Amino acid sequence: MLKIEDLTVEVNGKILLHDVNLEVKKGYTNVLFGPNGAGKSALMRTIMGFSEYRVVKGRILFNGEDITSLPMDERARRGLGIMMQRPPDMSGIKLRDLIKVVSKGKKDPEALAENLNMNRFLDRDVNVGFSGGEIKRSELLQLAAQNPNLYLLDEPESGVDLVSIEQVGMTIKELLEEGVECPGESCIRGKSALIITHTGQILDYVTTDRGYILCNGTIMCSGNPLKMLEEIKSKGYEECLECKLMK
Amino acid sequence: MQTDEVNLKKRAESAAEKKAAFGEDFELGKFEEGSRVSKPIEDLQTLDEESKRTLFQVGVIPSEEGRSGSLLVLDNAVSHSSLKDKNIELTSTQKALKKYEWLKDYSWKLVAVDTDKYTAKTYLENADGYFVRVPAGKKSSMPVQTCLMLNSKKVYQTVHNIIIVEEGASLDIITGCTSRKGVEEGIHMGISEMYVKKGATLNFTMIHNWAEQIGVRPRTVVHVEEGGTYVSNYICLKPVRSVQMYPTVKLEGKGAVTRLNTIAIAHPGSELDLGSRAIFNAPDTKAELVSRTITIGGRIIARGEMIANSKGAKGHLECKGLVLTDKGSQLAIPILEANVDDVELTHEAAVGKIAKDQVEYLMARGLTEDEAVGMIVRGFLDVGIRGIPEELKNEIENTITQTAFGM
Repeated sequence: MLKIEDLTVEVNGKILLHDVNLEVKKGYTNVLFGPNGAGKSALMRTIMGFSEYRVVKGRILFNGEDITSLPMDERARRGLGIMMQRPPDMSGIKLRDLIKVVSKGKKDPEALAENLNMNRFLDRDVNVGFSGGEIKRSELLQLAAQNPNLYLLDEPESGVDLVSIEQVGMTIKELLEEGVECPGESCIRGKSALIITHTGQILDYVTTDRGYILCNGTIMCSGNPLKMLEEIKSKGYEECLECKLMK
Repeated sequence: MQTDEVNLKKRAESAAEKKAAFGEDFELGKFEEGSRVSKPIEDLQTLDEESKRTLFQVGVIPSEEGRSGSLLVLDNAVSHSSLKDKNIELTSTQKALKKYEWLKDYSWKLVAVDTDKYTAKTYLENADGYFVRVPAGKKSSMPVQTCLMLNSKKVYQTVHNIIIVEEGASLDIITGCTSRKGVEEGIHMGISEMYVKKGATLNFTMIHNWAEQIGVRPRTVVHVEEGGTYVSNYICLKPVRSVQMYPTVKLEGKGAVTRLNTIAIAHPGSELDLGSRAIFNAPDTKAELVSRTITIGGRIIARGEMIANSKGAKGHLECKGLVLTDKGSQLAIPILEANVDDVELTHEAAVGKIAKDQVEYLMARGLTEDEAVGMIVRGFLDVGIRGIPEELKNEIENTITQTAFGM
């Protein structure tokens, strides 16, 4: 579904990511680990197409199509959706109106908000005065309205209190499993995802397939996400360079 | 003639050539006096379709549905006045002055006749306009609507309005100021004196919709007594040559409150010099002045001024301006003045382009760049008119969407 090949990205003339290779197959939920400042959010935002990230080498393929230079709305229309960590305040734009526009009027904001316990936020300005947990729920609500095929989730658990984390985790699980098909024994989830996590808490709620560690602007290794998480928890990212061995 | 009047006349005459403090100076001699006589219009629905549309675009409903009463001024003549709600009084200023001896204590008591040539002219012309009064404790069930229309080419219009909301009473009023289609040049001078008495509320909404060569010089002063509330919404979204105004609210009684909202779009060739001023003359008075302006090629000067002369005064001034093209300009001038201690005046001013992160946030959700900009701009202006009647808001949003941006 998503394939990143030899991607090198600069911001303000400075190389932030180099020679990144990564893949998310259809129905897969992959995880991106890495220390602070490694470039995880930058990679995700480059995939979505934010203009400050300039691709100087390599390409991004989505469903086989090269989307490296497509405008972000085109990417969204092809099925990419992002949950941002620090979305901007959208003064004057009510969450209800945004949901209507994003779902092209096809979904009822009230019903969508019900699931996320966000009804009382529908008439508030998007992100204005929202707490950390409210921002996450609002992002998920917007994604539910958008209904992408590939979810880019940037630290869905950060800044969320322990009570809300279950709600956020369960909602993500539901979104990703929409349209699940189980031919024979193995199930193929309807949606794909790339999740950035720092704490790994989200892995308690969603089944993941493959993990990547991003260090110093490039992918150092990939493997079983749960094992990687254990390794990171015990040794930290000091092992970044050594983790090449895990390949 | 009484000495008062003689004095006023003298002062007005001496100010006949006095330039206004701000804005382009118009030579009034170049314009003809707008007609003071007009055939009475019994029913606004009998107007031609074009005129009805003109009224509608400034929030004035020809069928008068949902309105307590209506008054229409064409050039310098009151040509329609009707009233459904017997809780209020609505008539022409000149008729009211004849009827009520006491009204002279209100007329030209807030706006100084010698403020500038425009106030002087309006006084010397003995201008007519609308008079609205709500007796103590009464409430208008629906808004009153008034319309001031420039009806003939290259004329000047002088209007004098007086609003009195007596103790504990409440009034919503919508004033549409506009020009008939085809009238592209002219001058509108409008004096408004408003009195909000103890515990009373006045919600005043004014929509301007002029043409490219029209000069507009409203002069408004509002007097608010103890516990009174004055809310104003000013909307100007269409091309005009020059609007210059600086409505002033004097908070004269303990706990009086005001909120002035302004939303405006400056088209190429337009200069909008829009101020608002709150003067805190009594303890614990509050004011909020909010201005949201956009230039798509014209010049905007957003002035805001708060003068605190009494303890416990609390005010916030918010001027935000978007510049959507290199050809336009925005100038924000906030002024805060505290003359006693124990007051709190704050301001927030920002001018510039639309934030890119906001546009991209919406684009990441699948909106095109144009759709994203449109939504942000509507939201930007929307903040400036929160609290106005819903139906009017829809009309304004439609105007923003269709006319101003051609979307």
